[in-house]
Amino acid sequence: MSNRVLMKGNEIIGEAAIRAGCKLFFGYPITPSTEIIEYLAKNLPKAGGTVLQAEDEIGAINMCYGAACTGTRVMTASSSPGISLKQEGISYCAAAELPVVLVNVNRTGPGLGGLGPTQSDYFQSTKGGGHGDYRLIVLAPSKAQELYDFTLEAFDLAEKYRNPVLILTDGFLGQMMEPVELKEKPTSPEVDKSWVVDGARGREKRIIASYSLTNEIGEANNLRWEAKFNGIKEKEQRWEEFYADDAEYLLVSYGTTGRISKSVVLNARKKGIKLGLIRPITLWPFPEKAFIPYKNKIKGIVTVELNTGQMIEDVKLAMDCCVPIYLYRRQGGMLPTETEILEFLEKQFKLSTEEV
Amino acid sequence: MARVKVLSEYCKSCRLCVEICPKGVLQIGDKTNAKGYYTAIVVDEEKCNGCTLCGIVCPDVAIEVYK
Amino acid sequence: MQKVFGRPKGLTEVAFSFCPGCTHGIIMRLVGEVLEELEIIEDTIGVSPVGCAGFCQDFFSCDFVGAAHGRAQAVGTGIKRALPDRIVFTYQGDGDIAAIGTQHAIHTAARGEKITSIMVNNAIYGMTGGQMAPTTLEGMKTSTSPYGRDLVINGYPLDLPKTIATLDGVKYVASVSVDSPKNILQAKKAIKKAFQVQQAGLGFALVSVLSTCPTNWGLSPVDSLKWLRENMMPVYEMGELKVAEEVKNL
Repeated sequence: MSNRVLMKGNEIIGEAAIRAGCKLFFGYPITPSTEIIEYLAKNLPKAGGTVLQAEDEIGAINMCYGAACTGTRVMTASSSPGISLKQEGISYCAAAELPVVLVNVNRTGPGLGGLGPTQSDYFQSTKGGGHGDYRLIVLAPSKAQELYDFTLEAFDLAEKYRNPVLILTDGFLGQMMEPVELKEKPTSPEVDKSWVVDGARGREKRIIASYSLTNEIGEANNLRWEAKFNGIKEKEQRWEEFYADDAEYLLVSYGTTGRISKSVVLNARKKGIKLGLIRPITLWPFPEKAFIPYKNKIKGIVTVELNTGQMIEDVKLAMDCCVPIYLYRRQGGMLPTETEILEFLEKQFKLSTEEV
Repeated sequence: MARVKVLSEYCKSCRLCVEICPKGVLQIGDKTNAKGYYTAIVVDEEKCNGCTLCGIVCPDVAIEVYK
Repeated sequence: MQKVFGRPKGLTEVAFSFCPGCTHGIIMRLVGEVLEELEIIEDTIGVSPVGCAGFCQDFFSCDFVGAAHGRAQAVGTGIKRALPDRIVFTYQGDGDIAAIGTQHAIHTAARGEKITSIMVNNAIYGMTGGQMAPTTLEGMKTSTSPYGRDLVINGYPLDLPKTIATLDGVKYVASVSVDSPKNILQAKKAIKKAFQVQQAGLGFALVSVLSTCPTNWGLSPVDSLKWLRENMMPVYEMGELKVAEEVKNL
């Protein structure tokens, strides 16, 4: 029997978390993420878990911190202003190397902003976010099936690297209905749990903390984290290529704009423009490797973003700025049409607009 | 018959034990520990009745009492 | 001869890092004694705060988690929800629990979270060097109230335990002091009860302990105890502020 169902994006995340073995969810309602806590409040208890609506986002992330210390699978979800509140706790989770799964259903900003689709939190998500020098593994789904698959995998990744994992989506992906196959979760790999605190029964006491007043210890910690982040950079870069092989021009976009860009590529091809797409799936580590084969091959790039140009900086670094790289963006909750993206590309690169 | 023992490596010379002892058993001595504190010493062990008041007020668990 | 007084098993051998005469050490010893007497050292996970009290993770012999400033009770909630059969306690200073973490103090209590919180109130921020706390007394000089706490500018000191005692989810609240041997023994009784409330699965328990800060008060350890007795104890409501019916039978 097929497990294919029609579900709302946010609910898919909730369902995947349950199937991933998430036992605790701590959150605080905020649009457009709220269906995640609502779905879990209804369904997680049936799977033997608990949803606790915290006093605020700060409370929620610190409850996640505590639960993660025991080795229990735990998640929180929020939207941009709420994620800002969580940043303090996320930094502590990173420092204590705790496997917490975070979801940001990005809403517009700065400030309270609005509810429309946006990618305004790219910097916050990929460059650390809170204080201190750390990184989150950031997964950027662009369709229902990826919301499901990436949430399932996020728990494994978080445990494997003992690092918080962020699923970055937006109101468009969170609110849309799309078919999804609720695949059985593959067995999680065995991970070392010898670090958890669960009461020192017949063993030495353990401390999970991030406090170091000795500079030498501080540097040793930073070096250890750096080595871990470098390992993740090496092993976990993910992306999708779409008509990129023979492309003269590339679009680079993820998530919601990654979806739209696929149609742009198809439309361009119909017009004889050799356009391809690189769609980053991990925003951190940024898929630098994806760009290596195209460095001396293509004529230019357009990044399509829902912000003032954030990912474009990583694209320029990955390409060593060896070709012209332009930004096409909409903001404040607006989405670009396929036509306006293609027109921008044609204008920037002075391409013929005549149909072939 | 009781005995009080100061674990001098823990003592910080705060005097709380000296002040509380009703029998004048403890005093601050003239020797420092590794941290540089002049530590409490037992000056009149015969008088100790094992009341443990010194231990109860010691903020550094630097006192043991035997009875 | 037998040892009738000494270091409890609830404490490690690590020497306290507090200033001479700081009564944090007395309070930690009391908690260590309670952990030993209730035979819960191996079942307990403590949560340490930020500030002087934060060092406690090294001093207790149970598992410990270090929380961000003010967040200890939220962290404790997460641990307890994950491991309901373990004992979870937070050890926090007054700045931690009654200023930067007040939202958690109120809501952990209101939820009736089955954890135990020990609040150490010395009316000042110790580790950062003697700044005004939510508990600083009227007229009391600190480095951020150099002319004395002015109620017009800074408002009134917060008697958190009194507030917490009004909440339904709370089963036990006591405000005690460590200024004298008699009060130290009372303090221990209260701390023990607060852990027993959790053992019985009844709900939230808070013990506030009035404590000294000789260094930042600018007083000798002996004079600090006197100052505490004469200035703090009249301001903060003392004794058992809430004892739920089911706690009376413990």
